[in-house]
Amino acid sequence: MVEYEQVVNTVYDLFYRAETSLSEDVVRALKNAYENEENPVAKSNLEAILKNIDASGKLKVPMCQDTGLPVIFVDIGRELCIDFDLKGAIIEGVKKATKEIPLRPNAVHPLTRKNPGNNIGMHIPQINVDLVEGDSLKLTVMPKGGGSENVSAMKMMLPSQVDQIPKFVVEVVKNAGGKPCPPIFLGIGIGSTFDGAAKLAKKALLRDVSVMDEYETKILEAVNKLGIGPMGLGGDITALAVLVELGHCHTASLPVAVNIQCWANRKASAILK
Amino acid sequence: MEHYIQTPLNREDILRLKIGDIVYINGEIFTARDEAHMRAIEFMSEGKELPVEFNRGVVYHCGPLMKMEGGKWVAVSAGPTTSARMNKLAPKILEKVEVMAIIGKGGMSREVIEALKGKGVYLAYTGGAGALAAQTIKKVKAHHWEDLGMPEAIWIFEVENFGPLIVGIDAHGNSLYEGINKEVEENFKKIIESL
Repeated sequence: MVEYEQVVNTVYDLFYRAETSLSEDVVRALKNAYENEENPVAKSNLEAILKNIDASGKLKVPMCQDTGLPVIFVDIGRELCIDFDLKGAIIEGVKKATKEIPLRPNAVHPLTRKNPGNNIGMHIPQINVDLVEGDSLKLTVMPKGGGSENVSAMKMMLPSQVDQIPKFVVEVVKNAGGKPCPPIFLGIGIGSTFDGAAKLAKKALLRDVSVMDEYETKILEAVNKLGIGPMGLGGDITALAVLVELGHCHTASLPVAVNIQCWANRKASAILK
Repeated sequence: MEHYIQTPLNREDILRLKIGDIVYINGEIFTARDEAHMRAIEFMSEGKELPVEFNRGVVYHCGPLMKMEGGKWVAVSAGPTTSARMNKLAPKILEKVEVMAIIGKGGMSREVIEALKGKGVYLAYTGGAGALAAQTIKKVKAHHWEDLGMPEAIWIFEVENFGPLIVGIDAHGNSLYEGINKEVEENFKKIIESL
Protein backbone atom coordinates (compact mmCIF):
# COMPACT_ATOMS: atom_id res chain seq x y z
CA MET A 1 0.00 0.00 0.00
CA VAL A 2 1.52 3.31 -1.10
CA GLU A 3 1.23 6.15 1.41
CA TYR A 4 1.41 9.95 1.35
CA GLU A 5 4.67 10.27 3.32
CA GLN A 6 6.32 7.63 1.18
CA VAL A 7 5.61 9.67 -1.97
CA VAL A 8 6.88 12.90 -0.35
CA ASN A 9 10.15 11.25 0.68
CA THR A 10 10.59 9.40 -2.61
CA VAL A 11 10.22 12.63 -4.62
CA TYR A 12 12.82 14.24 -2.35
CA ASP A 13 15.20 11.26 -2.71
CA LEU A 14 14.82 11.19 -6.49
CA PHE A 15 15.67 14.89 -6.79
CA TYR A 16 18.66 14.39 -4.53
CA ARG A 17 19.88 11.51 -6.67
CA ALA A 18 19.24 13.29 -10.00
CA GLU A 19 20.91 16.55 -8.92
CA THR A 20 24.07 15.03 -7.44
CA SER A 21 24.76 12.11 -9.78
CA LEU A 22 24.10 11.09 -13.37
CA SER A 23 22.84 7.68 -14.42
CA GLU A 24 25.43 5.17 -15.57
CA ASP A 25 24.50 5.39 -19.28
CA VAL A 26 24.96 9.17 -19.28
CA VAL A 27 28.31 9.06 -17.46
CA ARG A 28 29.55 6.40 -19.86
CA ALA A 29 28.57 8.54 -22.87
CA LEU A 30 30.47 11.54 -21.42
CA LYS A 31 33.57 9.45 -20.64
CA ASN A 32 33.56 8.01 -24.16
CA ALA A 33 33.31 11.54 -25.55
CA TYR A 34 36.30 12.64 -23.45
CA GLU A 35 38.35 9.69 -24.69
CA ASN A 36 37.43 10.18 -28.35
CA GLU A 37 37.54 13.99 -28.63
CA GLU A 38 40.74 15.27 -30.24
CA ASN A 39 40.20 19.04 -30.17
CA PRO A 40 42.16 20.31 -27.07
CA VAL A 41 39.66 23.05 -26.07
CA ALA A 42 36.82 20.54 -26.40
CA LYS A 43 38.74 17.98 -24.35
CA SER A 44 39.42 20.49 -21.57
CA ASN A 45 35.69 21.28 -21.38
CA LEU A 46 34.82 17.58 -21.21
CA GLU A 47 37.43 17.15 -18.50
CA ALA A 48 35.83 19.98 -16.48
CA ILE A 49 32.44 18.30 -16.90
CA LEU A 50 33.76 14.97 -15.59
CA LYS A 51 35.58 16.65 -12.69
CA ASN A 52 32.38 18.54 -11.89
CA ILE A 53 30.29 15.36 -11.76
CA ASP A 54 32.87 13.90 -9.41
CA ALA A 55 32.88 17.02 -7.17
CA SER A 56 29.08 17.05 -7.10
CA GLY A 57 28.91 13.45 -5.89
CA LYS A 58 31.67 13.87 -3.31
CA LEU A 59 30.42 17.19 -1.90
CA LYS A 60 26.78 16.08 -2.17
CA VAL A 61 25.79 19.34 -3.90
CA PRO A 62 23.86 19.84 -7.16
CA MET A 63 26.22 19.52 -10.13
CA CYS A 64 24.68 22.54 -11.87
CA GLN A 65 23.34 25.71 -10.29
CA ASP A 66 20.41 25.45 -12.69
CA THR A 67 18.74 22.69 -10.76
CA GLY A 68 15.97 22.77 -13.36
CA LEU A 69 12.25 23.10 -13.44
CA PRO A 70 10.59 20.14 -11.68
CA VAL A 71 9.16 17.79 -14.32
CA ILE A 72 7.66 14.59 -12.94
CA PHE A 73 6.34 11.47 -14.63
CA VAL A 74 3.90 9.25 -12.77
CA ASP A 75 2.96 5.80 -14.03
CA ILE A 76 -0.04 4.42 -12.17
CA GLY A 77 -0.66 0.68 -12.32
CA ARG A 78 -4.29 -0.28 -12.98
CA GLU A 79 -4.47 -2.52 -9.91
CA LEU A 80 -3.11 0.14 -7.57
CA CYS A 81 -5.44 1.88 -5.18
CA ILE A 82 -4.53 5.40 -4.10
CA ASP A 83 -6.63 6.89 -1.34
CA PHE A 84 -4.67 10.07 -0.63
CA ASP A 85 -3.79 13.36 -2.32
CA LEU A 86 -1.08 12.16 -4.73
CA LYS A 87 -0.63 15.59 -6.33
CA GLY A 88 -0.30 17.18 -2.90
CA ALA A 89 2.34 14.62 -1.91
CA ILE A 90 4.40 15.34 -5.04
CA ILE A 91 4.18 19.10 -4.39
CA GLU A 92 5.28 18.53 -0.80
CA GLY A 93 8.24 16.46 -2.04
CA VAL A 94 9.33 19.25 -4.39
CA LYS A 95 9.04 21.82 -1.57
CA LYS A 96 11.13 19.61 0.71
CA ALA A 97 13.76 19.05 -2.02
CA THR A 98 13.95 22.79 -2.76
CA LYS A 99 14.50 23.63 0.89
CA GLU A 100 16.72 20.78 2.03
CA ILE A 101 18.98 19.74 -0.88
CA PRO A 102 18.67 22.74 -1.67
CA LEU A 103 17.43 23.46 -5.20
CA ARG A 104 17.53 26.88 -6.78
CA PRO A 105 14.04 28.39 -6.83
CA ASN A 106 13.55 28.55 -10.59
CA ALA A 107 9.80 28.77 -11.05
CA VAL A 108 8.55 32.32 -11.62
CA HIS A 109 5.24 33.89 -12.73
CA PRO A 110 5.48 34.13 -16.54
CA LEU A 111 4.43 37.78 -16.76
CA THR A 112 5.35 39.49 -13.48
CA ARG A 113 8.49 37.27 -13.15
CA LYS A 114 7.84 37.12 -9.38
CA ASN A 115 9.58 34.17 -7.73
CA PRO A 116 7.59 32.38 -5.00
CA GLY A 117 10.88 30.85 -3.81
CA ASN A 118 9.83 27.21 -3.55
CA ASN A 119 9.55 25.89 -7.13
CA ILE A 120 5.77 25.64 -6.75
CA GLY A 121 3.37 27.56 -8.98
CA MET A 122 0.71 27.32 -11.66
CA HIS A 123 1.16 23.87 -13.34
CA ILE A 124 4.51 23.49 -11.57
CA PRO A 125 5.71 20.91 -10.68
CA GLN A 126 4.68 19.63 -14.07
CA ILE A 127 3.07 16.25 -13.44
CA ASN A 128 2.62 13.85 -16.34
CA VAL A 129 0.39 10.90 -15.59
CA ASP A 130 0.32 7.65 -17.52
CA LEU A 131 -1.99 4.72 -16.86
CA VAL A 132 -0.14 1.41 -17.09
CA GLU A 133 -0.50 -2.28 -16.27
CA GLY A 134 0.50 -3.66 -12.86
CA ASP A 135 0.02 -2.79 -9.21
CA SER A 136 2.78 -0.27 -8.62
CA LEU A 137 3.43 3.47 -8.75
CA LYS A 138 6.46 4.56 -10.74
CA LEU A 139 7.80 8.04 -10.03
CA THR A 140 10.37 9.66 -12.30
CA VAL A 141 11.86 13.10 -11.86
CA MET A 142 13.56 15.08 -14.58
CA PRO A 143 14.92 18.43 -13.39
CA LYS A 144 15.01 20.31 -16.71
CA GLY A 145 17.47 23.15 -17.26
CA GLY A 146 16.42 26.41 -18.89
CA GLY A 147 19.30 26.87 -21.32
CA SER A 148 18.59 23.70 -23.26
CA GLU A 149 14.82 24.14 -23.04
CA ASN A 150 15.11 27.64 -24.57
CA VAL A 151 16.61 26.33 -27.81
CA SER A 152 14.24 23.39 -28.23
CA ALA A 153 11.84 23.67 -31.17
CA MET A 154 8.77 22.13 -32.76
CA LYS A 155 7.37 22.27 -36.27
CA MET A 156 4.10 21.16 -37.80
CA MET A 157 5.59 19.56 -40.91
CA LEU A 158 3.65 18.30 -43.92
CA PRO A 159 2.86 14.60 -44.48
CA SER A 160 4.97 14.86 -47.66
CA GLN A 161 8.02 15.94 -45.63
CA VAL A 162 8.84 12.72 -43.76
CA ASP A 163 12.28 12.62 -45.39
CA GLN A 164 12.94 16.21 -44.27
CA ILE A 165 12.79 15.36 -40.55
CA PRO A 166 16.56 14.77 -40.10
CA LYS A 167 17.26 18.14 -41.80
CA PHE A 168 14.92 19.92 -39.41
CA VAL A 169 16.69 18.29 -36.43
CA VAL A 170 20.15 19.29 -37.72
CA GLU A 171 18.90 22.86 -38.27
CA VAL A 172 17.54 23.08 -34.71
CA VAL A 173 20.91 21.94 -33.33
CA LYS A 174 22.79 24.36 -35.59
CA ASN A 175 20.64 27.27 -34.38
CA ALA A 176 21.14 26.21 -30.76
CA GLY A 177 24.95 26.35 -31.14
CA GLY A 178 26.74 26.47 -27.80
CA LYS A 179 23.72 27.73 -25.85
CA PRO A 180 22.36 24.42 -24.52
CA CYS A 181 25.68 23.29 -22.95
CA PRO A 182 26.78 20.68 -25.49
CA PRO A 183 27.50 17.80 -25.73
CA ILE A 184 23.73 17.47 -25.82
CA PHE A 185 21.12 14.73 -25.87
CA LEU A 186 18.26 15.02 -28.35
CA GLY A 187 14.76 13.87 -27.49
CA ILE A 188 12.64 13.81 -30.63
CA GLY A 189 8.89 13.33 -30.77
CA ILE A 190 7.43 12.50 -34.16
CA GLY A 191 3.67 12.32 -34.65
CA SER A 192 0.82 12.62 -32.14
CA THR A 193 -0.59 16.15 -31.81
CA PHE A 194 0.98 19.62 -31.44
CA ASP A 195 1.44 19.16 -27.69
CA GLY A 196 1.75 15.38 -27.89
CA ALA A 197 4.90 15.55 -30.03
CA ALA A 198 6.58 17.79 -27.45
CA LYS A 199 5.60 15.37 -24.68
CA LEU A 200 7.03 12.42 -26.63
CA ALA A 201 10.26 14.37 -27.17
CA LYS A 202 10.61 14.97 -23.45
CA LYS A 203 9.79 11.36 -22.56
CA ALA A 204 12.38 10.13 -25.08
CA LEU A 205 15.08 11.77 -22.93
CA LEU A 206 14.31 9.29 -20.14
CA ARG A 207 15.54 6.37 -22.23
CA ASP A 208 18.90 4.58 -21.88
CA VAL A 209 21.14 6.81 -24.02
CA SER A 210 23.37 3.92 -25.11
CA VAL A 211 20.64 2.19 -27.12
CA MET A 212 19.88 3.72 -30.53
CA ASP A 213 18.37 2.29 -33.70
CA GLU A 214 19.53 2.90 -37.26
CA TYR A 215 17.37 5.99 -37.81
CA GLU A 216 18.55 7.59 -34.57
CA THR A 217 22.20 6.76 -35.32
CA LYS A 218 21.92 8.33 -38.76
CA ILE A 219 20.60 11.60 -37.29
CA LEU A 220 23.31 11.55 -34.59
CA GLU A 221 26.05 11.18 -37.20
CA ALA A 222 24.63 14.07 -39.23
CA VAL A 223 24.41 16.33 -36.15
CA ASN A 224 28.00 15.57 -35.17
CA LYS A 225 29.27 16.73 -38.56
CA LEU A 226 28.24 20.28 -37.56
CA GLY A 227 31.41 20.81 -35.51
CA ILE A 228 29.77 22.85 -32.72
CA GLY A 229 31.57 20.78 -30.09
CA PRO A 230 31.46 20.93 -26.28
CA MET A 231 30.25 24.37 -25.14
CA GLY A 232 30.13 25.58 -28.75
CA LEU A 233 33.90 26.02 -28.87
CA GLY A 234 34.36 23.53 -31.71
CA GLY A 235 34.95 19.80 -31.76
CA ASP A 236 33.79 16.48 -33.11
CA ILE A 237 31.22 15.74 -30.45
CA THR A 238 28.14 17.97 -30.34
CA ALA A 239 25.55 15.36 -29.39
CA LEU A 240 25.85 12.12 -27.47
CA ALA A 241 22.53 10.50 -28.34
CA VAL A 242 19.41 10.91 -30.46
CA LEU A 243 16.31 9.34 -28.98
CA VAL A 244 13.12 9.22 -31.05
CA GLU A 245 9.62 8.42 -29.84
CA LEU A 246 6.76 7.94 -32.28
CA GLY A 247 3.01 8.51 -31.99
CA HIS A 248 0.22 8.03 -34.50
CA CYS A 249 -0.90 11.35 -35.93
CA HIS A 250 -3.69 12.87 -38.00
CA THR A 251 -3.47 11.91 -41.69
CA ALA A 252 -3.08 15.62 -42.51
CA SER A 253 -0.29 16.23 -39.98
CA LEU A 254 3.35 15.53 -39.18
CA PRO A 255 4.21 17.18 -35.86
CA VAL A 256 7.94 17.06 -35.01
CA ALA A 257 9.37 18.26 -31.71
CA VAL A 258 13.04 18.43 -30.75
CA ASN A 259 13.68 18.70 -27.02
CA ILE A 260 17.31 19.53 -26.36
CA GLN A 261 18.91 18.31 -23.15
CA CYS A 262 22.25 19.57 -21.82
CA TRP A 263 25.10 17.19 -20.94
CA ALA A 264 23.58 17.00 -17.44
CA ASN A 265 20.81 14.65 -18.54
CA ARG A 266 19.36 14.34 -15.05
CA LYS A 267 16.76 11.64 -14.42
CA ALA A 268 15.87 9.30 -11.57
CA SER A 269 13.08 6.79 -11.01
CA ALA A 270 11.63 4.69 -8.21
CA ILE A 271 8.90 2.09 -8.06
CA LEU A 272 6.54 2.03 -5.07
CA LYS A 273 4.08 -0.70 -4.18
CA MET B 1 48.94 30.96 -22.87
CA GLU B 2 47.89 31.12 -19.21
CA HIS B 3 47.18 34.34 -17.30
CA TYR B 4 46.38 34.96 -13.64
CA ILE B 5 44.41 38.19 -13.34
CA GLN B 6 43.77 40.19 -10.21
CA THR B 7 40.73 42.44 -9.68
CA PRO B 8 40.00 45.37 -9.90
CA LEU B 9 41.03 44.99 -13.54
CA ASN B 10 43.82 46.87 -15.25
CA ARG B 11 43.33 47.81 -18.89
CA GLU B 12 46.81 46.52 -19.87
CA ASP B 13 46.06 43.07 -18.44
CA ILE B 14 42.87 42.90 -20.49
CA LEU B 15 44.32 44.20 -23.75
CA ARG B 16 47.03 41.53 -23.59
CA LEU B 17 44.58 38.63 -23.75
CA LYS B 18 44.06 36.74 -27.01
CA ILE B 19 41.26 34.37 -28.01
CA GLY B 20 42.00 30.83 -26.90
CA ASP B 21 44.14 31.97 -23.94
CA ILE B 22 43.42 30.48 -20.52
CA VAL B 23 42.62 32.84 -17.63
CA TYR B 24 42.24 32.44 -13.86
CA ILE B 25 40.71 35.28 -11.83
CA ASN B 26 41.68 36.24 -8.30
CA GLY B 27 39.81 38.80 -6.24
CA GLU B 28 36.19 39.82 -6.63
CA ILE B 29 33.53 38.98 -9.21
CA PHE B 30 29.78 39.65 -9.13
CA THR B 31 26.81 37.88 -10.71
CA ALA B 32 24.31 39.61 -12.99
CA ARG B 33 21.69 38.06 -15.25
CA ASP B 34 18.79 39.50 -17.27
CA GLU B 35 16.95 41.25 -14.43
CA ALA B 36 20.05 42.76 -12.76
CA HIS B 37 21.24 44.06 -16.15
CA MET B 38 17.88 45.68 -16.81
CA ARG B 39 17.81 47.34 -13.41
CA ALA B 40 21.44 48.47 -13.64
CA ILE B 41 20.74 50.11 -17.00
CA GLU B 42 17.66 51.81 -15.55
CA PHE B 43 19.71 53.08 -12.56
CA MET B 44 22.46 54.31 -14.89
CA SER B 45 20.03 56.26 -17.06
CA GLU B 46 18.42 57.83 -13.99
CA GLY B 47 21.81 58.64 -12.44
CA LYS B 48 21.11 56.47 -9.38
CA GLU B 49 23.96 54.92 -7.44
CA LEU B 50 24.66 51.25 -8.20
CA PRO B 51 25.47 48.71 -5.47
CA VAL B 52 28.42 47.37 -7.49
CA GLU B 53 31.18 48.93 -9.56
CA PHE B 54 30.99 47.76 -13.18
CA ASN B 55 34.07 49.77 -14.14
CA ARG B 56 37.19 47.59 -13.66
CA GLY B 57 34.82 44.84 -12.55
CA VAL B 58 34.20 41.24 -13.56
CA VAL B 59 30.55 40.51 -14.38
CA TYR B 60 29.61 36.86 -14.04
CA HIS B 61 26.57 35.65 -16.01
CA CYS B 62 25.41 33.31 -13.29
CA GLY B 63 22.34 32.62 -11.21
CA PRO B 64 23.90 30.78 -8.30
CA LEU B 65 22.33 28.25 -5.99
CA MET B 66 22.93 29.75 -2.54
CA LYS B 67 22.42 28.42 0.98
CA MET B 68 22.37 30.13 4.36
CA GLU B 69 24.77 28.28 6.68
CA GLY B 70 25.39 29.44 10.23
CA GLY B 71 24.08 32.91 9.43
CA LYS B 72 26.28 33.27 6.34
CA TRP B 73 25.50 32.81 2.65
CA VAL B 74 27.42 30.03 0.90
CA ALA B 75 27.57 29.34 -2.84
CA VAL B 76 26.49 25.71 -3.29
CA SER B 77 26.61 25.52 -7.08
CA ALA B 78 27.52 28.46 -9.31
CA GLY B 79 28.29 27.75 -12.96
CA PRO B 80 27.68 30.17 -15.85
CA THR B 81 24.37 30.86 -17.59
CA THR B 82 23.77 31.45 -21.33
CA SER B 83 25.32 34.83 -22.13
CA ALA B 84 23.41 35.39 -25.39
CA ARG B 85 20.36 36.48 -23.37
CA MET B 86 22.35 39.57 -22.38
CA ASN B 87 23.35 40.45 -25.99
CA LYS B 88 21.14 43.54 -26.12
CA LEU B 89 21.85 44.56 -22.53
CA ALA B 90 25.63 44.26 -22.17
CA PRO B 91 26.54 47.01 -24.69
CA LYS B 92 24.50 49.54 -22.69
CA ILE B 93 26.68 48.83 -19.67
CA LEU B 94 29.93 48.57 -21.61
CA GLU B 95 29.49 52.10 -23.00
CA LYS B 96 29.64 53.45 -19.44
CA VAL B 97 32.90 51.74 -18.39
CA GLU B 98 36.58 51.99 -19.24
CA VAL B 99 37.46 48.36 -18.60
CA MET B 100 35.39 45.29 -17.80
CA ALA B 101 35.37 41.51 -18.17
CA ILE B 102 32.40 39.23 -18.66
CA ILE B 103 32.33 35.55 -17.65
CA GLY B 104 29.64 33.35 -19.17
CA LYS B 105 28.94 30.54 -21.56
CA GLY B 106 27.99 30.16 -25.20
CA GLY B 107 29.47 33.44 -26.50
CA MET B 108 27.94 36.80 -27.41
CA SER B 109 26.86 38.75 -30.51
CA ARG B 110 28.80 40.98 -32.91
CA GLU B 111 27.26 44.00 -31.15
CA VAL B 112 28.92 42.90 -27.90
CA ILE B 113 32.21 42.12 -29.68
CA GLU B 114 32.21 45.73 -30.95
CA ALA B 115 31.30 47.10 -27.52
CA LEU B 116 34.21 45.18 -25.93
CA LYS B 117 36.78 46.68 -28.31
CA GLY B 118 39.61 48.43 -26.48
CA LYS B 119 38.09 47.82 -23.05
CA GLY B 120 36.95 44.31 -22.32
CA VAL B 121 36.97 40.57 -22.86
CA TYR B 122 34.51 37.72 -22.75
CA LEU B 123 35.68 34.67 -20.80
CA ALA B 124 34.03 31.29 -21.29
CA TYR B 125 33.53 28.90 -18.40
CA THR B 126 32.31 25.32 -18.78
CA GLY B 127 28.52 25.38 -18.64
CA GLY B 128 26.96 23.34 -15.90
CA ALA B 129 30.18 23.06 -13.91
CA GLY B 130 28.45 24.54 -10.87
CA ALA B 131 29.93 22.33 -8.17
CA LEU B 132 33.45 22.88 -9.52
CA ALA B 133 32.98 26.67 -9.67
CA ALA B 134 31.65 26.81 -6.12
CA GLN B 135 34.90 25.31 -4.85
CA THR B 136 36.86 28.37 -5.98
CA ILE B 137 34.41 30.81 -4.37
CA LYS B 138 36.05 31.50 -1.04
CA LYS B 139 33.57 33.95 0.39
CA VAL B 140 30.23 35.59 -0.36
CA LYS B 141 30.99 39.25 0.30
CA ALA B 142 27.52 40.73 -0.17
CA HIS B 143 24.33 40.49 -2.15
CA HIS B 144 21.99 43.12 -3.55
CA TRP B 145 18.56 43.41 -5.14
CA GLU B 146 17.28 40.35 -3.30
CA ASP B 147 13.74 41.20 -4.45
CA LEU B 148 14.71 39.89 -7.91
CA GLY B 149 14.91 36.36 -6.47
CA MET B 150 17.95 34.17 -5.78
CA PRO B 151 19.04 33.56 -9.41
CA GLU B 152 18.54 37.14 -10.59
CA ALA B 153 19.99 39.01 -7.59
CA ILE B 154 23.55 40.39 -7.59
CA TRP B 155 25.96 38.25 -5.54
CA ILE B 156 29.51 39.42 -4.87
CA PHE B 157 32.03 36.59 -4.59
CA GLU B 158 35.62 36.53 -3.46
CA VAL B 159 37.36 33.99 -5.72
CA GLU B 160 40.67 32.21 -5.82
CA ASN B 161 42.00 31.00 -9.17
CA PHE B 162 38.52 31.07 -10.66
CA GLY B 163 38.80 29.09 -13.89
CA PRO B 164 40.05 27.72 -16.22
CA LEU B 165 38.35 30.38 -18.34
CA ILE B 166 38.91 30.49 -22.10
CA VAL B 167 39.14 33.90 -23.78
CA GLY B 168 36.18 33.64 -26.17
CA ILE B 169 36.19 37.29 -27.27
CA ASP B 170 39.23 39.56 -26.92
CA ALA B 171 39.43 43.35 -26.75
CA HIS B 172 40.49 43.61 -30.40
CA GLY B 173 37.31 42.42 -32.14
CA ASN B 174 38.21 38.72 -32.34
CA SER B 175 35.78 35.98 -31.37
CA LEU B 176 36.46 32.29 -31.06
CA TYR B 177 32.75 31.69 -31.59
CA GLU B 178 32.49 33.61 -34.86
CA GLY B 179 35.13 31.44 -36.48
CA ILE B 180 33.43 28.28 -35.28
CA ASN B 181 29.97 29.51 -36.27
CA LYS B 182 31.21 30.17 -39.79
CA GLU B 183 32.54 26.63 -40.04
CA VAL B 184 29.30 25.26 -38.60
CA GLU B 185 27.28 27.13 -41.28
CA GLU B 186 29.46 25.66 -44.02
CA ASN B 187 29.22 22.17 -42.53
CA PHE B 188 25.44 22.60 -42.27
CA LYS B 189 25.11 23.23 -46.01
CA LYS B 190 27.10 20.09 -46.78
CA ILE B 191 25.07 17.96 -44.34
CA ILE B 192 21.76 19.17 -45.80
CA GLU B 193 22.89 18.23 -49.31
CA SER B 194 23.95 14.76 -48.18
CA LEU B 195 20.74 13.95 -46.26
